[in-house]
Amino acid sequence: MSDLVLEGVGAERGGRRVLHGLSARFPAGRLTAVIGPNGAGKSTLLSVCAGLLKPAEGRVLLGERAMAALGRRPLARLRAYLPQNPQVDWPISVERLVALGLTPSLPLFGGVPDHLRRQVEEALEAHDLLDLRERAADALSGGERSRAMLARAAVGDPQILIVDEPTVGLDPRHALDAIRRLRAHADRRRSVIMAIHDLDLAARAADEVLALKDGRVLAAGPVPAVFTAAILTRLYDVPARVVRDEAGIAVRFG
Amino acid sequence: MKGALLIAGLGLALAAAAVASLLAGPVWLDPGQGLAAVLSPHDSLAKLILLDVRLPRLVLGLLVGAILGLSGAVLQGVLRNPLAEPGLLGVSSGASLGAVIAIYYGIGALTPLAPPLFGLAGGLVTAGAALVLARGGGTLALILAGAAVSALAATGVSLALNLAPSPYAAYEIMTWLMGSLADRSWDHVRLAGPFIVAGAVLLGLTARSLDALALGEDQAESLGVNVGATRLLALFGTALGVGAATAVCGAIGFVGLIAPHLTRPFVGHRPGGALLPSALAGAVIVTAADIATRFVRAGADLKLGVFVSLIGAPFFLWLVLRLRRTSP
Repeated sequence: MSDLVLEGVGAERGGRRVLHGLSARFPAGRLTAVIGPNGAGKSTLLSVCAGLLKPAEGRVLLGERAMAALGRRPLARLRAYLPQNPQVDWPISVERLVALGLTPSLPLFGGVPDHLRRQVEEALEAHDLLDLRERAADALSGGERSRAMLARAAVGDPQILIVDEPTVGLDPRHALDAIRRLRAHADRRRSVIMAIHDLDLAARAADEVLALKDGRVLAAGPVPAVFTAAILTRLYDVPARVVRDEAGIAVRFG
Repeated sequence: MKGALLIAGLGLALAAAAVASLLAGPVWLDPGQGLAAVLSPHDSLAKLILLDVRLPRLVLGLLVGAILGLSGAVLQGVLRNPLAEPGLLGVSSGASLGAVIAIYYGIGALTPLAPPLFGLAGGLVTAGAALVLARGGGTLALILAGAAVSALAATGVSLALNLAPSPYAAYEIMTWLMGSLADRSWDHVRLAGPFIVAGAVLLGLTARSLDALALGEDQAESLGVNVGATRLLALFGTALGVGAATAVCGAIGFVGLIAPHLTRPFVGHRPGGALLPSALAGAVIVTAADIATRFVRAGADLKLGVFVSLIGAPFFLWLVLRLRRTSP
C-alpha cells in the first residue's frame, strides 16, 4: 500500500501544454475526487496518474518508486483505468469482458486458469452481473455497461483504481450505484481516483478532493476543506453556494 | 465447447479438401491408385502428377489461404474495423506492382522466380512506406497511409499496363494479376513458405493483445498491452506473409475479409480466438476454390482470384445485409 505522488508534473496533449508543474498526493486507501471545469486537465491528469501518458516534466511516484521504472504488466496488475464512456468493439459476452481485466495476469496463450476464473465469478457476483454473463457486451444499457466495466476494472483487485467520469450519462439511481461501488472499493483499503462533474455525488462519496483549474491545482484536501463557496466560485467562475444539512453537502450555482 | 468443435470441423473439411485437391483434375486418380503410385519405387505418371504437380499446388494453396485468413483476422482486431483486410495496408498491391515490374521489364522471362521475388520486395516496401507515413499516428493514420500507398501501387500497375511494350506483355500482366495456383512448383513453395510461416508466427503473437484491444486502445494500454508493438507485429506479419503469398500466386481478394467473419461467431466474437479458425477457414476456401477452377469452364480457364471474388463478393454482401438486420 503506498501513496501515489505527482511531483512538478507537466504534460502535453496533441502538442498543447495541459498540465503545468502540478504536484499532488493521492493517499493510499482513500477515494479522491478530481473536480474542475471542462478543459481543466482532469482527464490528462488521470492518464498521467495511470502511467498511460508520460509527463513532459516532473515525475510520478508510487510510494518511493518511480512509476516509470515499473514494467507494463506489473503496473497493469497494480492499477486499473477506465476512460470516459468505455466502449467494446465486438459483441463479446459480459463474462469475457470482465475476464479481460485479468489480461496482465494471463499466460501468453491458452484460456483463463482456474484460480483466475474464480476471481471473474466473484466480480460478476459483486457487480450483480450473474444474470447478464452471456449477454453481448455491446448490447447493454448504460447502467449495465457501467457495472460491467467497473467489474472489468475491479476483477484483478487493483491497489489503485482510476476512473474518468464514472457517472456521466447515468440516471440518478445508476449514478449513485456506481459511486457506491467505488466507495466500497476504497473501504477495502484500495485507492480510488475519479474525475467527476457531479459535485453532490463527489461530496457524498469522496474522502479527498483535488480541484483543478487551467492545469494547476487550485485547492486540495478533505471534502469539507475544499467544498467552500469561495473555492468553488473561483474554480468554476460562477457564484457558488454550499448547503450543508443532515443529508450531506449540496452545491448550488448562480 | 463451440470453439473446439469449430476447429475440429474445419480440420476435417481441410483434410477432405486436401485429398480431393490431390485426386481431382484433368487426370482423375482414385485413392488406392494414388497411394500405390506414391509408395512404389518406380516413377509413373500418377506419381509425377501427385508429387510434382498437385502436391506443391496443394501446399501452396493451404499456405496462401491460411495466411490470408489469419492476417485478415489480425488486422480486423488490431484496426478494430470489421472491413479491414490484408489489401488495406497496401501489401497486396505493392506485391502486385513488384511482380508486374519484373514481368514488364522482361526479367520474368529470364527466370520464373523473378516475379515472386520482386513481388515480395514490393510488398515489404509498401508496408514499410505505410508504416513510415503513419509513424506517431494511431489506427486511423495507419489505415489512411495504407490506402494512399495502396492507391499509388495500383496506379503503378495501371501505368505498366498502359505502357506495356506489347499486347503479349499486357496479357501476361493481366493474367498474373488475376491470381492463380496453376503451374506452381516446389520452387514457389520453397520461396514463399518460409516467409509465410514467419509472418504467421508474428501474427499469432498478437492474439492476447487483440482480445484486450476490443476495449479500445486506452484500456488495452492500461491492461499492459503494448499497442504500438502489436500494430508493428500485425503490419510486419502481413507484409511478410501476405507479401510472399501475393508474390507467388497473384492477388486473391476477399479471403482475408470473409474468413474472420465466418468463424468469429463460433468463438464468442473474441478477436484473439478467431485467429486459428480464420487461418483454417482461409485454407479451406482457397483449396476448395482451386479445385473448382479446374472444372468450371467459361470459355477460358477461370482464374483462382477471379473465382474467389465471384463467390466472395455476393457472400460478403449477404453478410453485410444480415449484420444490418441483426444489429440495432
